[in-house]
Amino acid sequence: MSESPVIRLVDVHKGFSGVDVLNGVSLDVSKGSSSVVMGGSGSGKSVLIKHIVGLLKPDKGEVWVNDRRVDELRGDSLDSVRLSIGYLFQSGALFDSMTVHENLDFFLDRHSKLDKKARNEKIAESLSWVGLPEKEDQFPAELSGGQKKRIAFARAIILEPEILLYDEPTTGLDPVSVRSVSELIVRLREEKGVTSIAITHDLLCAEIIADDVHFLHEGVILRSGTLDDVRHDTHPALDLFFGAIESAG
Amino acid sequence: MSTPKPSLTMEFLANFGDLTRFIGHFFVRFWRRPFEWKELGRQLDEVGSKSFLLTAVTGLSIGVVLAMQSRGTLVRFGAEAVLPSMLALSVFKEIGPVITSLVLAGRLGAGMGAEIGSMRVTEQIDALEVAALKPFHFLVITRVVACMIMFPILTLWTDCLAMFGGYLESLMASGMDYRIFLSTAFETIRISDILVDTGKTAVFGFIVGIVSCHLGFNVRGGTREVGQAAMRAVVGSSLLILLTDVIIVRLSLLIFGDVGS
Repeated sequence: MSESPVIRLVDVHKGFSGVDVLNGVSLDVSKGSSSVVMGGSGSGKSVLIKHIVGLLKPDKGEVWVNDRRVDELRGDSLDSVRLSIGYLFQSGALFDSMTVHENLDFFLDRHSKLDKKARNEKIAESLSWVGLPEKEDQFPAELSGGQKKRIAFARAIILEPEILLYDEPTTGLDPVSVRSVSELIVRLREEKGVTSIAITHDLLCAEIIADDVHFLHEGVILRSGTLDDVRHDTHPALDLFFGAIESAG
Repeated sequence: MSTPKPSLTMEFLANFGDLTRFIGHFFVRFWRRPFEWKELGRQLDEVGSKSFLLTAVTGLSIGVVLAMQSRGTLVRFGAEAVLPSMLALSVFKEIGPVITSLVLAGRLGAGMGAEIGSMRVTEQIDALEVAALKPFHFLVITRVVACMIMFPILTLWTDCLAMFGGYLESLMASGMDYRIFLSTAFETIRISDILVDTGKTAVFGFIVGIVSCHLGFNVRGGTREVGQAAMRAVVGSSLLILLTDVIIVRLSLLIFGDVGS
């Protein structure tokens, strides 16, 4: 019998101010896999993954993480699920008023029982894992876009989550940084067995990280499969999307 | 078709409802863990020690100007001797608390509204939320409590400097001895006046903290909305301070009576 999926969305509907954004999205993500959700701007990709961490509640439908129904959880029960998930925000979302070290220590201090020395070692290890060991004392404003993403990456993995959600992990980065961030995602899956969902428009990133791709269109998953399957599908929406990406690239 | 007038009323009621709900959350969550002591310390420094210079200048100038403006009239009626007493009553009972709170509303309301607002639009608040770090405790409760603690302290500081400014003016204008100045100043004012009128600034601090955090916390959009939240935080808290002052003064008169009573 196959293992139950780590993340399961069942017929999720969500609207804002009378406008439907998700119209019945169903999605299963199995343990250790790397799924990519693609789709045009405004297709509801970010809304979709915000449901997984309980930042948004569906108007209808179910959201499951590790057999716990997230959309019905509140308070400490929801927090316990959230601690098993790392989230890389599109903007990085590093805390401006804190140094890189403080950004990472803030999470560790509150959620681990490590003493100061052990926390410092853990922070150094995470920073060297993302290739930025020398940036501990800098503030986010002093970092480049790619460096911010990698520090946010280090922060997202510092509590060793079993699931990672990436919201446009490579947006705004140059091709070298895109490759480097994408390779970090692959390394994380290979070395730590992390299950992940990434939202991206970036074909290079999808090529590097995707085990399977889900194409979101008009609030539903239009196609799922390997990147090649989805990319070469003849549906006009897919044709238009990938055609535009390829001509821009 | 013109926009129907009641929508403004509805908008006001909706905003008022949101603020009331936010205040409700504050009182419910205030008693729950985690208690962010370290962040509270940082906010006390941010609200308090970084406002000392601003409130010092405010106090000194209030004292000097009030004494200069009143002297002419008092001399005309042969009542120059009551200047210190009049100064103490004006400063401790009304001008000190209200002006200090309005100045702090300008400095802190804009700062908190903009800081929390930009944290919202750059997803930093969501980042706290998904990391199970309770942003309401970390950002809102610490700031509101810091304001409630620091407003009375800063008000007393401003009051003292206003009295010092008044004394300097009296020294230069009439060579008044400081012992006479002090004994006359505190002749008519009661300790309950100082306690109530300084204590009411804790309520003003609560207003500035909660209104600014509410507006910042609920920003949707981008930098334009962050700017608007900062501006509305200053305007909203200033107006509420003035309205609340009327209520508190009325209540204190009912409870403690007037200075002459």
